[in-house]
Amino acid sequence: MLNKTLAGLAKGLQQGEFSSVELAQAYLQRIKNEDSKYNSFITVTEELALQQAAAADASRAAGNASIMTGLPIAHKDIFCTQGVRTSAGSKMLDNFISPYDATVIRKFNAAGSVTLGKTNMDEFAMGSSNESSFYGPSRNPWNTQHVPGGSSGGSAAAIAAGLAPAATGTDTGGSIRQPAAFCNLTGLKPTYGRVSRYGMIAYASSLDQGGPMAQTAEDAAMMLNVMAGMDPLDSTSVERAVPDYTANLDAPLAGLKIGLPKEFFSASLNPEIAALVRAAVTEYEALGATVKEVSLPNTALSVPAYYIVAPAEASSNLSRFDGVRYGYRCEDPTDLEDMYKRTRGEGFGTEVKRRIMVGTYALSEGFYDAYYKKAQQIRRLIQQDFVRVLSEVDVIMGPTTPTPAFKLGEKTSDPVEMYMEDIFTLSLNLAGLPGMSIPCGMSNGLPVGLQIIGNYFAEEKLLNVAHKFQQATDWHTLKPAGL
Amino acid sequence: MEWETVIGLEIHAQLATTTKIFSGASTAYGAEPNTQACAVDLALPGTLPVFNENALRMAVMFGTAIDAEIGKVSVFDRKNYFYPDLPKGYQTSQLFYPIVGEGHIDIELEDGSTKRIGVTRAHLEEDAGKSLHEEFASMTGIDLNRAGTPLLEIVSEPDMRSAEEAVAYVKKIHSLVTNLGICDGNMAEGSFRCDCNVSVRYKGEALGNRTETKNINSFRFIEKAIKGEVARQIDILEDGGRITQETRLYDADKDETRSMRSKEEANDYRYFPCPDLLPIVIDDEYIDAIRKTLPELPDTRRARFINTYQLSSYDAGVLSAYKPLSDFFETVATTSADAKLSANWVMGELSKHLNQHDTDIKDSPVSAEQLGGLLQRIKDNTVSGNIAKKVFEAMWKEGGSADEIIEAKGLKQVTDTGAIEKIVDEVIANNQKQVDQYVAAEPDKRGKMIGFFMGQVMKVSGGKANPGQVQGMMKQKLDALCP
Repeated sequence: MLNKTLAGLAKGLQQGEFSSVELAQAYLQRIKNEDSKYNSFITVTEELALQQAAAADASRAAGNASIMTGLPIAHKDIFCTQGVRTSAGSKMLDNFISPYDATVIRKFNAAGSVTLGKTNMDEFAMGSSNESSFYGPSRNPWNTQHVPGGSSGGSAAAIAAGLAPAATGTDTGGSIRQPAAFCNLTGLKPTYGRVSRYGMIAYASSLDQGGPMAQTAEDAAMMLNVMAGMDPLDSTSVERAVPDYTANLDAPLAGLKIGLPKEFFSASLNPEIAALVRAAVTEYEALGATVKEVSLPNTALSVPAYYIVAPAEASSNLSRFDGVRYGYRCEDPTDLEDMYKRTRGEGFGTEVKRRIMVGTYALSEGFYDAYYKKAQQIRRLIQQDFVRVLSEVDVIMGPTTPTPAFKLGEKTSDPVEMYMEDIFTLSLNLAGLPGMSIPCGMSNGLPVGLQIIGNYFAEEKLLNVAHKFQQATDWHTLKPAGL
Repeated sequence: MEWETVIGLEIHAQLATTTKIFSGASTAYGAEPNTQACAVDLALPGTLPVFNENALRMAVMFGTAIDAEIGKVSVFDRKNYFYPDLPKGYQTSQLFYPIVGEGHIDIELEDGSTKRIGVTRAHLEEDAGKSLHEEFASMTGIDLNRAGTPLLEIVSEPDMRSAEEAVAYVKKIHSLVTNLGICDGNMAEGSFRCDCNVSVRYKGEALGNRTETKNINSFRFIEKAIKGEVARQIDILEDGGRITQETRLYDADKDETRSMRSKEEANDYRYFPCPDLLPIVIDDEYIDAIRKTLPELPDTRRARFINTYQLSSYDAGVLSAYKPLSDFFETVATTSADAKLSANWVMGELSKHLNQHDTDIKDSPVSAEQLGGLLQRIKDNTVSGNIAKKVFEAMWKEGGSADEIIEAKGLKQVTDTGAIEKIVDEVIANNQKQVDQYVAAEPDKRGKMIGFFMGQVMKVSGGKANPGQVQGMMKQKLDALCP
């Protein structure tokens, strides 16, 4: 019963091939047996899962099952989950048992899905490799010497290793799409405001967005149906009707206009990745799409702009971790200042502290105009680039990452090199646009992702474009050896 | 050379919303510590603010009442600093685009003239919690009930030139916000508090360095704190010293200000627009709708009291300053159908009792209807003014209507001519010496001498004889004895 897609599992449950409890037990057993290799879970919620699975079976017996009822899902450990440790990958919250559910969790619970556990992540979602996690790095099931990507690396590793059929992730600069690319998954970062951020521990509020990570576009559509929608508890969520994202997956692509930004195919791009992405585009042409080169001239500015805006917001968002009310507090503080300094000094890891310092500096009196304000202006330029191009084409395509999954430790010594990992992904967050990564081939045994970018609230179109590709190709069905 | 004092004030008025500015928790005062702090107020990870529209409405009411420009687009900013009773590590406030722009208010000076004081701006922000240092040995208690209570910070121009002007301004703002019903004005509970920016200079010279004295919570303390601070500054300057720009604290017990922190130690608040809240956008229609529903403002009410009730300018000023008092007075005036008598009683006997018992008019044990009923009995001669004071005393202590108390205590005025004549005759018979003096006196001196006989009649009658009747009859009888 394992190794199925969400849609496949839903069918199995509907047809009574197995019960929700059997399904949950099978996944829990596999996590127990296998996860020491991948370290993809921070917390396995066995008791909760079995309880939810039993409830799902009961509601199915009573004829109240929805498509999601009884489907096991893993949640990134950034979504507050009532009664469960929610750590955000940080020592700071290692002892934090959330007293409430994030809106995304509440919606999955209401839909009847089963929470398998909380997945590993870069500390406070700051990282592109999962190596900044307090709980140790998660490993890429395609090659455990390599990173699964980040920050939603635990979610990606869990799905790729078959420890969960699907998982939630969050994406501030590529944290859904990059690990999806590294682990041969389908990941969707929705339009900013499409999915509620309430209960999702904030990294950079104006960039953070939750989304699905799955084996197929169809599964991602099923999950987005649960996750999307206006939330009165999140003022930045958008009041806009939520379509059934599974309804138009099969719409034909004839006449689809694809734009290829020349800035995404520069000389520095790994040639194998460039070739695979171009091959995928050729496949789309075969499906009836037309292709043209477009330009996003401010792409190069997205890394510096992002690394001002995101740390600035983070420096403020993470101020609440002060040892006063919850979370880590240093031993025997001598006075208030000592408590603040040691709590935060000991509770946060290196990368988090680096970004807090960068952000604090960028917002300081005398530097605000030169850094934060300038970065916001660049952000508007980047957005205008996209708006212009997306008035000419339906979707933009390119690589998700400049390289396939790198080795653990390979980029930890040079933060800037790590930051460049996100060159193709973070401009979308700056613009607030939706984007996907889908498998489009293998390079030296490691997966490569195709990024598809759409207009605001064009998730339905993106899922359609991704699904048609997955109907025509089988890259997404490849599994790591031995699975 | 003459010293001139320059004063600007920042008033923090807690807005009278039932729930907090960014959460649904109650704002009621005096609950057990931390029972009115929800997940948002505690700044649990993942929580987000949702703006309370009532706070906006109240801020716009204030703005329209002082003829201010209303910000069509106002933006919340984060003011970042660490303090244990500031749960998020930042205060959400409005720096760059406040809801209320430039306006003004007129104050009455002692010489009867008016002076216009400029209001620079008024902005919305959240209150912090409270640190409790006394009750916990070597520790600090944090009560977050107040955290997130909406505040309107009203910033004046440095237009005031004396402590008296400053107090007149504060009283005027207090009167305005309480009349608008947007603040309960309770200074002891901290609903209305004041920071005083004070500097001195030789008349005509440039502004001197100023100090800011924080959180003064009574009109009297404002006056004392300013006077003390002015004297301190002049002493320093006359000794050839310099004023340090700093924040000071007023110690009411010692009646002095002391340094809290200097400018050098001041925080860099790293203001930036709060990414969790959207800009507040309002239009003329919204503002006009609020303008139309503004209650009668103190200045208008004062003018009406003078015109409608023929009150003196002073009485009208006192009675229009505080809405609960104004409303109380008008009810008494309507019930008793005698405005002048009502004004005298409200400002006299009632105010005296309220002051003695440190009670707000809203909590007066004697209602406006009760007092109005009592004044009716004065007017129809059921009781004299002096007896009415006894009735009032009983009302204050034991409750009950004027009629019930008069009946129960047998205080009804004696108006029966036969009964009064009997007492008058008795007094004349028992005071032969004074009668002889009366008869012997020059006719124009006799008027004064009648007071003695009146007093005797009142003594005998227990104060219940109708003074008018007694006076007439006594004069008639005594004059009849004269040759």
